[in-house]
Amino acid sequence: MTSTEERPERSVPKPVFTDAEAGAKEFPDSGPSARRYNYFKPAKRKQTHYEDVTVEVQPDPRHYLSQGWIYGFADGSRGYPLTWTKLKAWGVDEPEPERGPGSGGKHVEDWPAHGWHEFRDPNEEWELTMYRYNANVVRQVTQNVENARNAKAFDQWTPNWVRFVERNVGAWMHIEHILGLYVFAACNRSGPTNMHNTAMAVNSEHKIRFAQDLALYNLTLTEEIEGFDGSAHIDAWNNDAEWQGVRKVVEEITAIEDDWGEMIFATNIVFEPLIGELFRSNLVMQSAAGHGDYVTPTVMGSGEYDYAQRDLRWTVAAFAPLTQDREFADHNKELFNGWLSKWVPKCLEAARTMQPMWSQPDAKPPRFEDALDRAKSRFSAILTDLGLETPKELNQ
Amino acid sequence: MSRQSLAKAHQKIQELSWEPVYHEPYMKYGTDYTFRKAAKKDPLKQVLRSYFPMQEEKDNRVYGASDGAIRGNMFRQVQERWLEWQKLFLSIIPLPEISAARSMPMLFQAVPNPELHNGQAIQMIDEVRHSTIQQNLKRLYMNNYIDPAGFNNTLRNFHSDYCGTIGRQFAEGFITGDAITAASIYLTIVAETAFTNTLFVAMPAEAAANGDYLLPTVFHSVQSDESRHISNGYATLLMALSDEDNRQLLERDLRYAWWNNHRVVDAAIGTFIEYGTKDRRKDRESYAEMWRRWIYDDYYRAYLLPLEKYGLVIPHDLVEESWNQIWNKGYVHEVAQFFATGWLANYWRIDGMTDEDFEWFEYKYPGWYDKYGKWWENYNRLAKPNGHHPIVAEDVDYVYPHRCWTCMVPCLVREDMVVDKVDGQWRTYCHEACRWTDAEAFRPTYQGRETPNMGKLVGHREWETLYHGWNWADVVSDMGFVRDDGKTMTAQPHLDLDPKKMWTLDHLRRMPHVASPNVILNEMSDAEREAFVADYNRQGPAGRPADATS
Repeated sequence: MTSTEERPERSVPKPVFTDAEAGAKEFPDSGPSARRYNYFKPAKRKQTHYEDVTVEVQPDPRHYLSQGWIYGFADGSRGYPLTWTKLKAWGVDEPEPERGPGSGGKHVEDWPAHGWHEFRDPNEEWELTMYRYNANVVRQVTQNVENARNAKAFDQWTPNWVRFVERNVGAWMHIEHILGLYVFAACNRSGPTNMHNTAMAVNSEHKIRFAQDLALYNLTLTEEIEGFDGSAHIDAWNNDAEWQGVRKVVEEITAIEDDWGEMIFATNIVFEPLIGELFRSNLVMQSAAGHGDYVTPTVMGSGEYDYAQRDLRWTVAAFAPLTQDREFADHNKELFNGWLSKWVPKCLEAARTMQPMWSQPDAKPPRFEDALDRAKSRFSAILTDLGLETPKELNQ
Repeated sequence: MSRQSLAKAHQKIQELSWEPVYHEPYMKYGTDYTFRKAAKKDPLKQVLRSYFPMQEEKDNRVYGASDGAIRGNMFRQVQERWLEWQKLFLSIIPLPEISAARSMPMLFQAVPNPELHNGQAIQMIDEVRHSTIQQNLKRLYMNNYIDPAGFNNTLRNFHSDYCGTIGRQFAEGFITGDAITAASIYLTIVAETAFTNTLFVAMPAEAAANGDYLLPTVFHSVQSDESRHISNGYATLLMALSDEDNRQLLERDLRYAWWNNHRVVDAAIGTFIEYGTKDRRKDRESYAEMWRRWIYDDYYRAYLLPLEKYGLVIPHDLVEESWNQIWNKGYVHEVAQFFATGWLANYWRIDGMTDEDFEWFEYKYPGWYDKYGKWWENYNRLAKPNGHHPIVAEDVDYVYPHRCWTCMVPCLVREDMVVDKVDGQWRTYCHEACRWTDAEAFRPTYQGRETPNMGKLVGHREWETLYHGWNWADVVSDMGFVRDDGKTMTAQPHLDLDPKKMWTLDHLRRMPHVASPNVILNEMSDAEREAFVADYNRQGPAGRPADATS
């Protein structure tokens, strides 16, 4: 026979009906018009969800930061200095409000105080979008690879293509990783607004994810293809002459001194179309089918989509207005042109050192020169979108 | 994840580690710490292929719960006393979160161990999540809670309000100055490992007790990421400890970070939990009890103490002093009283304490009523406009305090206040530890050692300075803490939304002008200043004038 023990009454908070829901009473600020963030001007008529969760999270002494930044670096700089790029947006040369005893808050009267705040990421990235997007990508990539594995699709690859993938597709992972961490993540501390820095963080996620996708694909191939050397990509990256020019450029981009604008410009505007798309689209994705490989293009294609459809979009949206800036258009164009003169020759030289790779597969892809012409043409179109002229260096 | 095991996958991605050959990356952020390339492994063992779907699933749960809260009319059961304090908390917290994201690349450069960079990159992504999901939670409150004022102008308020400025230490401290001091010791070793327990675990529990289950939904989801960040900090700390030269800096930074976190987090979260709740069950934990469990036992005894054997000099004295401040010196009660004294300078409504609250406080903190009871009775008496001033300008045996130059919380435990002339200016500090932070720790030399990368405390650190000599109505108007009729104040010292019971700018016009304690301090002669300090140290508790206590 069992007995039921009396347990003392549990102590729990009691629900209370408070009627604290919207519309329960009328008072100043109770109306629907009071139910929106009201401290910034939306880019369009109606403010977006993206704007609500990003705009003004990073303060600006020219807006409402009346007590100013409260921590400084040893050199006296503080917060997010607008001088961490040489690019300028209208209003930045206006002095910060001088505050002191009895000055009051000196808040911005006509928001925004300068042109950097006009930038909005056209991808409207915040946490919800970035997880949905990237989760979808990794699911799709995983399924593609898994399906190919089950179908024994890798058995159809020619030995030459196996070598090509293990060395060259493998080597590309290092580029994505370095750019992801040491350009985009590194710059997410430097941008002038929360919208810039969040866009850079999201761009970084794409790169790091893609690098890992390639590494894990490489691991699968090591497990699935007899004789596939999973460490060959390291040897190629460290020693193959075809990769040293690219490596040099990538490392040089990370070494750009104290200018997030130049780093992002050199990467997304110059490097990506002239080298990234040249390799990913115009070599790997064009060659694979001829070797019975329908998987590698889908892995590569996810990274290509990141760049072509998202990362380039935000970059153009960030930089194009600067060439039309009501105050600093000429200054910015001169800078952009200087960066083009600096980085286009470096990237073209690196691209040409990659040329022998076009001869390695059995089924030849489109000729290197044709591929490079396509890349150059794509690059020129991007410059047009930015309001810049094609530099003479492109003809080298 | 595919069939590859997580461990195998994680091992594979270590092949991505980069050793520069042609160009070294630009080192933008300096540190005075030195690191050998110690073989510390990435403690997170996380790959993005599994991370993104995992986070998406967590998001789905959070947004599902949000949807459910709205459909279920959660706001019919939310305590206004509680949700009003969220106007402050949720205006602050998205900036610290996004600052944590911004701080991660400082560590990429300062910690020469590429294996750790994977974990730091994932933390960066997590922090973008936290900032925007919290900004979104606030948006939801604004849309569905009875009083949107204070939520709707949230970031303008936060940037210009003195409480916001106190909170900004918990953001700028992560991203400015010596990279290791900021992004590792202050952020991950102390703020995340110790104080997120009260922020993201204890406080959500209190929210639930007040009818708000959205805050726990969001913040427990956030806290599930924090455990990863704690691992990041631990790995960096062990690397730092392996170099003898770092120990002096570690000792300095732990002292600063511990004390500053105590001053800032205990002030804010202590107030929310003790004075923002309607749950007065005697067996629910007080903030002091939570602190003892979460911070003293779980952090200090279980996490910090074992590190002593590796050579870490632990600030035992400051840990004990923090407890002394909370338990014996009424730190949280003094702060809550000050918040309520200055209700008119803020952007949320502060409910008065009732007999039921008094009983609970007396039970949890014996002797509470004798110290604070009378003042809260005065607060209730003066809550609705009736020909008198707001409490700050009435005679209720309360001396308006000076601010601490370092932590910017006022010097509320009056006996501990110290003054010092630093950088040519007389400054008040709430405690010797805060004086030390400004005058000795945040300097280019420390105990004779060059520390060229150490940051500086800058800015207009005393809020009252900006409004010295201003009429209160103009101050509130200038800050924008006014409702859409152009005169009713956002803040109120009660919860009654009857417009006839609400304070307006007109009520403030007759008040005495704002006076900056620091401006006045710097106008004193040496003798006047000495007398002022002696008097101040004899004040309290509960802000009583010196004469009233002697």
